Amino acid sequence: MKLNERSLAFYATCDSPADNAGFLYKRGERHTAYHRRWFVLKGNMLFYFEERDSREPVGVIVLEGCNVELCDSAEGFAFAIRFGGAKSRTYVLAAESQETMESWVKSLSRASFDYMRLVVRELEKQLQEMSRGLAGGSGSSREPPGPWKPKPSGLEQSWERPPALPAFLPKENGCAVWNNVLEAERLPGTSGSGGHDEEGSPRPPPLPPRRRVLNGEAAAAVAESPSTFCRLHEQYSREVARLRQDWQQRRRGRRP
Amino acid sequence: MRYNERELLSLARQPAEKAAEIRMSVPKKGNVLKKRLVKLVVNFLFYFRTDEAEPIGALLLEHCKITKEEENVFSISFIEEPERKYCFECATEEQCLEWVEALKRASYEFLRRSLIFYRSEIQKMTGKVSESLQGPSQVVTDGFGGSRGCCCQSCPSCVWDEIPEPSGSCGLHSQT
Repeated sequence: MKLNERSLAFYATCDSPADNAGFLYKRGERHTAYHRRWFVLKGNMLFYFEERDSREPVGVIVLEGCNVELCDSAEGFAFAIRFGGAKSRTYVLAAESQETMESWVKSLSRASFDYMRLVVRELEKQLQEMSRGLAGGSGSSREPPGPWKPKPSGLEQSWERPPALPAFLPKENGCAVWNNVLEAERLPGTSGSGGHDEEGSPRPPPLPPRRRVLNGEAAAAVAESPSTFCRLHEQYSREVARLRQDWQQRRRGRRP
Repeated sequence: MRYNERELLSLARQPAEKAAEIRMSVPKKGNVLKKRLVKLVVNFLFYFRTDEAEPIGALLLEHCKITKEEENVFSISFIEEPERKYCFECATEEQCLEWVEALKRASYEFLRRSLIFYRSEIQKMTGKVSESLQGPSQVVTDGFGGSRGCCCQSCPSCVWDEIPEPSGSCGLHSQT
C-alpha cells in the first residue's frame, strides 16, 4: 500500500508543535536489542528518527486501535504499544526515567483520533446544552447590556471546571510540546465504540469561527455555521471589541 | 519509511466516515482519472480498486489543502508541494461539496482546534475568563496579564505583541 511518504516526512519534521518528543529505546522486531531513537508524537502519528537531527524519520507508528501498557521488563521504565489482532506486532519502548515513561504513556494513551473525536463531541454537546439552557432561561434580553455573562437562573447544568493549565508552553528536549491539553477532560463513561453517537450517524463538529472575508461572503459564512455558534461568536466579538477599546484607552493614558 | 502496515490495513477495513466510488487521479502518470473506491477513516483517505479488498494507497490528511476545482471536482494537495494534486471527480456537485466539507474537518489538527474552541467557550460561559488557556504555540496575551489561546483557523501562527485592530465584526483576528 502506498503512503504519501513525502508529506508524512514533512509533517514529521516541520515545526508544527509535537504532543511529545524525546529519546526512547525501541526494541527490535526480530532481535531483542534496544535501539535508541528520537521519537516525535504528532496527533495519532508516532514518528521515530535515527538521530534527533535526522532529516527523515526511520519509521512511523499509526496509533489507532492500540493499548498502551506498562511492562515488567528487566530494562526498567518500559512500556508497550499493543494492537489488537492475531498477528499484530507489539512495540516495546523504554524511557530513561520514571517521569519520562509516565509522560509518554499518558500522551500515547490519548493520541488516537477516535479518542480526540469523542472528547470534542462531548464538549460540543455540553456547549449546546448550556446554550439551550440559557436561551430557555431568560427571555428578557437577547442582547446583554454589558460584558456577556450567563444568568445563573438559566443554568441548569453543572459541569466540572477544568483545572488551570500553565500559562506558558513548557519545552521538553528543545521542542515545544503540548502539555496535557486533554488532562482536564473528564470523559463520561463511554459506551460502545467511539465514532458514533446515540442518535445514529456521526455528526461532524461545527467549524470554529472563520476569518470574516471582506464583503458579502461573510453572510454566506454565517449561514453555513449553526446559529448557536454565530450568536456566540457575535457576542464575544462585541465583548472583545469593548475590552480592546478599554485597553487601548488605558494604554494611551499610561503613555507620557 | 517503515510503518505498521497491518494496522493501517485493518483501519482501512473499519466503518468509514464517508465512502464512495469516485474517479480519481494521482499526481503522476498524466493525471488519468480512474474509478476508485474512496474511503475516509479518521484522518486517512484510503483508495481501492473497486473490486479489491486491500487499498492501493492511503493519504494522511494533515497539512493538506482541499480545493474545490471546477464542477464536480475537488483536489487534495499537501502544503510542501502545492502543485502536486490528487484530483477527484464526483458524480454530482452536491457530492463534491459534501466531500470537500468532510475532508476539511478530517484532520487531527482540526479536531484539536475544535477542542480548544469548545473548552474556551465553555469556560467563558461559566463566568470566568481562563487565565491560562493553552493552545498550540499560540499563547496570546490579552493585555490584562492573562493569556488566551487563539483557536481560529485563519491565524495559524497568531502570536500577538499587541492586540490587533478590529476588522469586520470578529475582533479576534485581523484580516491579511
